[in-house]
Amino acid sequence: MRSLINILDLSTGEIDELIAVAEDIIADPAKYSEACRGKKLATLFFEPSTRTRLSFEAAMYELGGNVLSVSSGASSSAAKGESVADTAKTVSCYADIIAMRHPKEGAPYVASVNASIPVINAGDGGHNHPTQTLADLLTIHREKGRFENLTVGLCGDLKFGRTVHSLIEAMSRYEGVRFVLISPEELKVPSYVKKDVLARNGIPYVQTEDMESVMPELDILYMTRVQRERFFNEEDYLRLKDSYILTPKKLQNARTDLSIMHPLPRVNEISVAIDDDPRACYFKQVLNGKYMRMALILKLLKEAGR
Amino acid sequence: MNIDSIVNGIVIDHITAGRAMRLYELLGLGDADCSVAIIKNAVSRKLGRKDIIKIDANLPINLDVIGYVDPGATVNIIREGALSEKRIIGKPLRLTNVIRCRNPRCITSVEQELPHVFCLTDPENGVYRCLYCETKGTAPDEK
Repeated sequence: MRSLINILDLSTGEIDELIAVAEDIIADPAKYSEACRGKKLATLFFEPSTRTRLSFEAAMYELGGNVLSVSSGASSSAAKGESVADTAKTVSCYADIIAMRHPKEGAPYVASVNASIPVINAGDGGHNHPTQTLADLLTIHREKGRFENLTVGLCGDLKFGRTVHSLIEAMSRYEGVRFVLISPEELKVPSYVKKDVLARNGIPYVQTEDMESVMPELDILYMTRVQRERFFNEEDYLRLKDSYILTPKKLQNARTDLSIMHPLPRVNEISVAIDDDPRACYFKQVLNGKYMRMALILKLLKEAGR
Repeated sequence: MNIDSIVNGIVIDHITAGRAMRLYELLGLGDADCSVAIIKNAVSRKLGRKDIIKIDANLPINLDVIGYVDPGATVNIIREGALSEKRIIGKPLRLTNVIRCRNPRCITSVEQELPHVFCLTDPENGVYRCLYCETKGTAPDEK
């Protein structure tokens, strides 16, 4: 049974197919409004989520399907000690496809090997969040028209950000991609990502703490939040927190065709004053996420023969 | 030093000097009810020094453990006093319940019945990662 646990489970060809379907949905949503009629998506969310769960549910409704929902671990049998494997087997009896978010890393994988229906990882702790990466990829493709020959700036918490690691993995498969990694020393991309992904694939990258100096080079600026709780002492946090707040002034030297992205939720790392800038793409990313989830649900249901 | 030769049993030979105790521990040989001899720092033409483990019974041995701790070790099966089979192990592609994932955020930390599975992701450097959370496994000499 085909599931999606890690973005690398999809080949670049399959990502191209998903993007083509998503573009077709955007162009003619009515064509897909009955595509999942009679099908049920179970959204099993064992930790809080707003946009991802709503995105999956909106995606299924727009395909004409229905949704069964568990919105917190406390309201499910997991609270009684049921294993992920048993939950997956049980839900397979009710639904056609599962989207699972779980605080423990690897839980959606365990579900996928026990379920008789496809499982989509909707985020497992700090590990993987492949449908966010699909949203990011559709956004890049729509804004730039390509994945090749792009300079991608990643800014903020590059150490713990799962979306950053997945995007690096996904984009490393395309020709001519270069990364500019902008972060404080304390939040640099982990060495295993640099070694296992960037160095192994011969991907050029630079690391810097100075956002403004690299701004003119960037085709894409992917912002993330610098989180207070990641710092060992308050002084370091206070010293660094404002370095990575994107303001109109910091965009002065940016390209006119820069695309500013953010996986959201935003706290203060992108000034609200930028929201009306035509280069801001983060709310488009949210919408693109829904279209890619629609395309993914269609693909996995089709492959499962449902 | 002489250890009596065995009639029916297993000799794990060419163990890198210093690794026999770790192998003994991971193979669970402390629970075996037969004679088990550990020879440390034996002279070896090939290795200079080596360790050897002799087990005086044909116990079921988890070869993956040997491949993980010391992929250069050889396993000799002795039957009726003669060498019946010789195996060179190499690094196994997958380890099941040999080492445990130490990531407190891993699903294995809360679901006790799940097997702890590690996959060889970097054969050159012998790096194993957890099947579930991809956390790097402990090195053979780490406890």
